[in-house]
Amino acid sequence: MPKDEYQSRDFRIVGTRPVRPDGIDKVTGKARYGADMTAPGMLWGAILRSPHAHARIKSIDTSAAEAMKGVKAVITRADFTYQPESASLADVLDNCMAGEKARYDGHAVAAVAATSKSIARAALKAIKVDYGVLPHVTDVDEAMKPDAPVIEAGRVQENVPEGYSENVTGRSQYGHGDPEAGFEKADLVIERHFTTAATHQGYIEPNACLAQLGADGQGEIWVCTQGHYMVRNTCAGVLGLDAGMLRVTASEIGGGFGGKTHVWMEPTALVLSRKAGKPVKLVLSRDEVFRATGPTASSSIDVKIGMKKDGSITGATATYRLQAGAYPGSIAFLSAMCGFAPYDLKHVRTEGYEVMTNRPKAAAYRAPGAPMAAYPVESVIDELCQKLDLDPLETRLKNAAREGTKASYGPTYPAIGLEATLKAAQSHPHWIAPLGENQGRGVACGFWFNFGGDTCVSLMVNPDGTVSLSEGNPDIGGSRASMSMMAAEELGVDLDQVRTVIADTASLGQNEVTDGSRVTFAVGLATIKAARHAIQIMKERAAMTWGIDPEAVDWRDGAAHPAGPNAGKFPPMTIKEIAAIASNTGGPIAGHHEVTAEGAGVSFATHMVDTETDPETGQVKVLRYTVFQDAGKAVHPDYVEGQFQGGAAQGIGWAINEEYIYGEDGRLQNPGFLDYRIPVASDLPMIEPVILEIPNPGHPYGVRGVGETSIVPPLAAIANAVSRSSNVRLTSLPMSPPKVLAAMKGT
Amino acid sequence: MRFQSPESVDEAVALLAADPEARVLAGGTDLLVRLRMGDVAPSAVIDIKRITEMTTIAQDDGGWRIGAAVPSAEMNETAALVTDWPGVTEAADLIGSTQIQGRATVAGNLCNASPAADSVPAMVAAGAVARVAGPNGSRDVPVEDIPTGPGQTSLAQGELVTSIFLPAKPENSGSAYLRFIPRTEMDIAVVGVGITLTLDSAGAVTAAKIALGAVGPKVIVAGDAAKTLIGTTGDDPALDALAAACSAAATPIDDKRGTAEFRRDVTGVIAKRTARIALARAKGEA
Amino acid sequence: MSQIHVITTINGDETEFLCEAQETLLDVLRDHLDLTGSKEGCGTGDCGACSVIVDGRLVCACLMLAGEAEGRSVETIEGMADGDDLHPLQQKFLEMAALQCGVCTPGILVATKNLLERNPNPTEEEVRYWLAGNLCRCTGYDKIIRAVMDTAADMRGAA
Repeated sequence: MPKDEYQSRDFRIVGTRPVRPDGIDKVTGKARYGADMTAPGMLWGAILRSPHAHARIKSIDTSAAEAMKGVKAVITRADFTYQPESASLADVLDNCMAGEKARYDGHAVAAVAATSKSIARAALKAIKVDYGVLPHVTDVDEAMKPDAPVIEAGRVQENVPEGYSENVTGRSQYGHGDPEAGFEKADLVIERHFTTAATHQGYIEPNACLAQLGADGQGEIWVCTQGHYMVRNTCAGVLGLDAGMLRVTASEIGGGFGGKTHVWMEPTALVLSRKAGKPVKLVLSRDEVFRATGPTASSSIDVKIGMKKDGSITGATATYRLQAGAYPGSIAFLSAMCGFAPYDLKHVRTEGYEVMTNRPKAAAYRAPGAPMAAYPVESVIDELCQKLDLDPLETRLKNAAREGTKASYGPTYPAIGLEATLKAAQSHPHWIAPLGENQGRGVACGFWFNFGGDTCVSLMVNPDGTVSLSEGNPDIGGSRASMSMMAAEELGVDLDQVRTVIADTASLGQNEVTDGSRVTFAVGLATIKAARHAIQIMKERAAMTWGIDPEAVDWRDGAAHPAGPNAGKFPPMTIKEIAAIASNTGGPIAGHHEVTAEGAGVSFATHMVDTETDPETGQVKVLRYTVFQDAGKAVHPDYVEGQFQGGAAQGIGWAINEEYIYGEDGRLQNPGFLDYRIPVASDLPMIEPVILEIPNPGHPYGVRGVGETSIVPPLAAIANAVSRSSNVRLTSLPMSPPKVLAAMKGT
Repeated sequence: MRFQSPESVDEAVALLAADPEARVLAGGTDLLVRLRMGDVAPSAVIDIKRITEMTTIAQDDGGWRIGAAVPSAEMNETAALVTDWPGVTEAADLIGSTQIQGRATVAGNLCNASPAADSVPAMVAAGAVARVAGPNGSRDVPVEDIPTGPGQTSLAQGELVTSIFLPAKPENSGSAYLRFIPRTEMDIAVVGVGITLTLDSAGAVTAAKIALGAVGPKVIVAGDAAKTLIGTTGDDPALDALAAACSAAATPIDDKRGTAEFRRDVTGVIAKRTARIALARAKGEA
Repeated sequence: MSQIHVITTINGDETEFLCEAQETLLDVLRDHLDLTGSKEGCGTGDCGACSVIVDGRLVCACLMLAGEAEGRSVETIEGMADGDDLHPLQQKFLEMAALQCGVCTPGILVATKNLLERNPNPTEEEVRYWLAGNLCRCTGYDKIIRAVMDTAADMRGAA
């Protein structure tokens, strides 16, 4: 077996729970986030946004704003003089600054840079925009109809069937077998329609950057992002700059959940800076975050599943229609891939439709497309279990995908952990705990692919033998800790000898964004390999010192040792000793690794939840919650648990109260934390995390990503709990009190 | 914008009277949000928190006088006030988060004139009276007569509320406030119900005042609903009648916080639950 | 634009600043005094990331005009540790991994410090309701609540 694949071993550091290296800065207020940086001569940026859902921009008069004291630059689309080559970059540009028309409430139409925040805000009020208001559509089903207002013509892909509005830009299909034949064999077939509302990632830190761009095309950006390489590449592509001339540094990041894997306003800050000749800080307000940075898609879904009396699923289909917002989207295909991924099915077919609407461009949100894919499937399976009097965990086990199963989206699974999560759920005390009046228990499974992608790591052995590790992925939830742990594990040194930093874009090669639950897997893999590279060099240096063959040197416990009696009798050389004489043995020592990581290892979870529904108000309270998820190998179990708990909490919000509410006028009615209701501390119980470890064959330590799967099952798990306790099947999210009460009253 | 911090009521009145575009700043938990959102652009804000008489809670004529600049948290830290008027203090305890309660005042809650203000139905049910100072001296106004519609008050140019008076708690009376919100905290009331009632020695209701919040353009004094309780012991049939009467008195609208139908239904539910608490308190059971 | 002159006490130090009338305490802390530990998550008092203590009372710095700080005493996250000595809450948050991205952490620490000063023995429910105005989107609150309860127990034991 090649050394980079999984090998069982005893760990010294991996699997322990040390204090994270960035912790003290974060509990003392010293950590610097996106909005915390300043620069000499810095100006404050601000963005003017369309109040209309859909409007032609007839003219913009910026003269009054430009004449204001303290205003140093006013820009509109006309100041973006470069037209990007690709359609996707052109979309990013148009989303950052509207061209011919404003496509949604909140779409940027102009921006200013001024010497103070208050002057910048006042200047926005002085800009006069003449709009020609157009008909709009914000609902996904309405937007698909042939007579719907069209957001942009000419974007329809060839695979879209006829009969739809041009807003339907893409269609994807997955599956195998013959579902219709499968339904024939079923004892019961249930088909239902479901809807889910758009939800926002709800990161607490609004998007922020500090940007500088000179007339020579050299620029710098300080930004809170999930991927500073992405910011660099996108800004360069949108503005016609050379990527190498832009240096982007990732600040500490106050949450992202996918929402910061895109560019929303960094090109605007750069153009303001170029025009004003000074650095510009641009910080979005919460209202702007909700109105103009991507929420996830709302959806309209049909699911049909056939089951035999013994619980085996005979056939399954699903149609997912996802609103992509103001530009062609690509999330529905992920729904179509994920919906039935947990199950071993002979006959399955799914399709996904990408639909443009007059809403902000939909963005990734933690396992994008998967929560709304699992929700209807897991709901219908639950209803089948209820009607056929079957145990919902046993039934899922009966149909569970295992090693060798051909997934509904194509590939054949290697070793996977779904079965382990279901069995852990069955044997957990939660499963047999008694329920009270108006209480229900729901279970559901969830799947996420996990990604790998471009990754670079450099590991420097310093002259004193300490280790500096540079990686290129912003640390959202403790990844510097886990990288240091993996490096120390591999090198055989103490954890406090390794410090990991997030390098800027000029310091490492290309890195994919912090997404797809990829960092602990892919950056961890590159870290281990960079450490092995450094070890190889250190072995050579020891061999040179001893005058023996490098092949005759072993590395263990942080030191080079002669491999055996035949290699010679030399006392071990520690990393400190080797580092101290590096200048005399061939120069400074560093390991590095560059890879497009593959073999991420798919991830499964089973969630169990108890809810109580107030029969008089429809209010749902979550009483108890347990997460069972496969982590492959938990590098830092505290932060694995944190991912399980955080994903569950976001799923609870999505299930019960969170939603984008649009008025008849196409304007977002709740762009703030007051009425966009994310769970508060008093809404939630403790969330018990149960970590399963089924090693990922594609990682030396068996690591799988854990960040996203935890948001996939909660929507259905809670819907199943509420449906069971209220004796009515809830098919529309969020299950807000008015909706639940109406369903219970049958109105 | 100017920032002014007068040290007497007369000074505040003079500043307000002289500048129709000036705004009073009490806790600021509504005003600063509106400033931030650009909804208002006053020429001046007049901070009343340096005026001693407006920052104190005092016993007065057997009742309580609560200065207009007293944060709601301080009301809940005044044990005797909580004992006398739990309905009012528990409503004040629901205004936003801990942080908001450290600043928000019930007088500000009243003058902001949101139909959904939590403390207003509770104060109305308690028979609270606002003291209003203005260029022509001071006057006392029943709390329910201060708001006239969403964001609108009966205060004249140059007038401000300086205190809220809660009368002496009647013997054998109990007060309570409950609201319905989608979450457990941090929401604006979808329905709010304040009830104060008094029992005779046999446990029958002799007096009741019921006020409904968030189900009309301003707080609704539900007189017919109060009558359903009079003479009853607050048993289940009486509470069902109360619920029906409260639902009938509600005139809600559909909005992002709930449908009109939902609000009407839940008004009755919450009224019933509120009445149970008020009854228990009147009997000294809670 | 004419500025207001304010003298106040911040983390025990007398502090003097000029500000515009409409600037909030949070604006001044962050933009004029380089005390960026208090975060602006919403600017409307809904998230608690800017929690500070003013004259012993927990407030949102975004909902207080800077001019109101005249003569008051303001405590921010930057004053919570005593030099190198972390406050027990800060230490416990590290040990129990009660933070992920960390942006809500300053506000939550300031809020819970104020809670434990008022109520050294809170129930879990009391902690959850006290913190309802401090949004955290990463943790599901579980490890935060545990860390606060654990710190309270430790501090009672030490007292």
